[in-house]
Amino acid sequence: MSDNKMLFEYLLRLGDNSLILGQRLAEWCGKSPVLEEELALMNVGLDLIGQARLFLKYAGEVEAAGRDEDDLAFHRDTQEWRNLLLVEQPNGDFAKTMARQLFIDCFQYVQFEGLLHSTDKTVSEIAAKSLKEITYHRRHSRDWVIRLGDGTEESHQRMQTAIDELWGFVPEMFDMDDIDNAMLKAGIGVDAGALRARWDAMINDIFAEATLTRPEDTWSVRGSRVGKHSEHLGLLLAEMQFLPRAYPDAKW
Amino acid sequence: MQTPLPSLDKESVRKILEMVKDPEIPVLSIEDMGIVRDIEVGTDDVQIYITPTYSGCPAMDMIATEIETILTLHGYKNVGVNTVLAPAWSSDFISEQGRKNLEEYGIAPPSGNSKAALLGIDPVSCPQCKSKNTSVVSEFGSTACKALYKCNDCLEPFDYFKCV
Repeated sequence: MSDNKMLFEYLLRLGDNSLILGQRLAEWCGKSPVLEEELALMNVGLDLIGQARLFLKYAGEVEAAGRDEDDLAFHRDTQEWRNLLLVEQPNGDFAKTMARQLFIDCFQYVQFEGLLHSTDKTVSEIAAKSLKEITYHRRHSRDWVIRLGDGTEESHQRMQTAIDELWGFVPEMFDMDDIDNAMLKAGIGVDAGALRARWDAMINDIFAEATLTRPEDTWSVRGSRVGKHSEHLGLLLAEMQFLPRAYPDAKW
Repeated sequence: MQTPLPSLDKESVRKILEMVKDPEIPVLSIEDMGIVRDIEVGTDDVQIYITPTYSGCPAMDMIATEIETILTLHGYKNVGVNTVLAPAWSSDFISEQGRKNLEEYGIAPPSGNSKAALLGIDPVSCPQCKSKNTSVVSEFGSTACKALYKCNDCLEPFDYFKCV
């Protein structure tokens, strides 16, 4: 695989995580538990979609095949997506949305902190911009996980169930394949495996404060780096991509 | 009648750009917001370099269109609007005038420096009664750049232009 092709793949991984999660959060529009939280979820989602736009625009330039960020967002099918399985998981109840958010917020926080030092100028610039936003995101999801975990019997139970259900999606975040290793060697990417210790420390502190039990590492699933996704992604894409596919020249 | 040729110095362009406001906060010009990074006036083109406040801010597309429109109306040809990311925008870039305008408009301007605010340690003053006895309702408000606060003294809810 050429260097450019590898960088393209790496940028898709970064951009797709943000885009798919942003789309998931947008599904809460009109259905959030309270108005303030609706605004918060839409704000976080918008930040993520903005980050995705920057990464996918750059991916299109690197690929040099004439695709822009919209082409990449709206004209790729399931197996061409490189987002983590975690971010495509359905919203579930509010606890599940917050558990998913906390896991990815803490991950993106350490990942983007690493990317600040990327030798690729555009990657480090996008990371610097995004890290400011992720700092807010992480505080928000952390507050909710603690509030629900250390809340009522019902909220505690739901929060615990949510983290139990999503725990098997965590290991995939820290995988390193050939592309990750090549990017690391080139000084462009980060060593995802080495981020695990800091992620664990953050999560353990939060679980302790939230009186939640860290799940056992029993099962795990992976596949996103080679385009193997859960059935949920197809349904999400069907909704997200409908308009530009049905009306290709539609302008907002 | 001949249209007078537009002035070719940066300052004239900068003056014109002061007419472009943030569509969500009409008291704040893009100059006051500190998002105009550079202006290049050539003999047959003008390049404006802007930086986004938040990655996903939907106002950025509209601002880019308005820059193009207003400069074209002033006789400039081939107006290009380019996005630059570094250094990342921070609320520290908002001008003194911008801060004053925000407060008069009822939005509490970002207080103190952005680093301290990211950690959530600086008090925010109520734009109505100036009390520092305020509390956060939500760190995310009606637009990406604002948080929701309420004043514990005059009981008014208000927007706070958050620090990044």
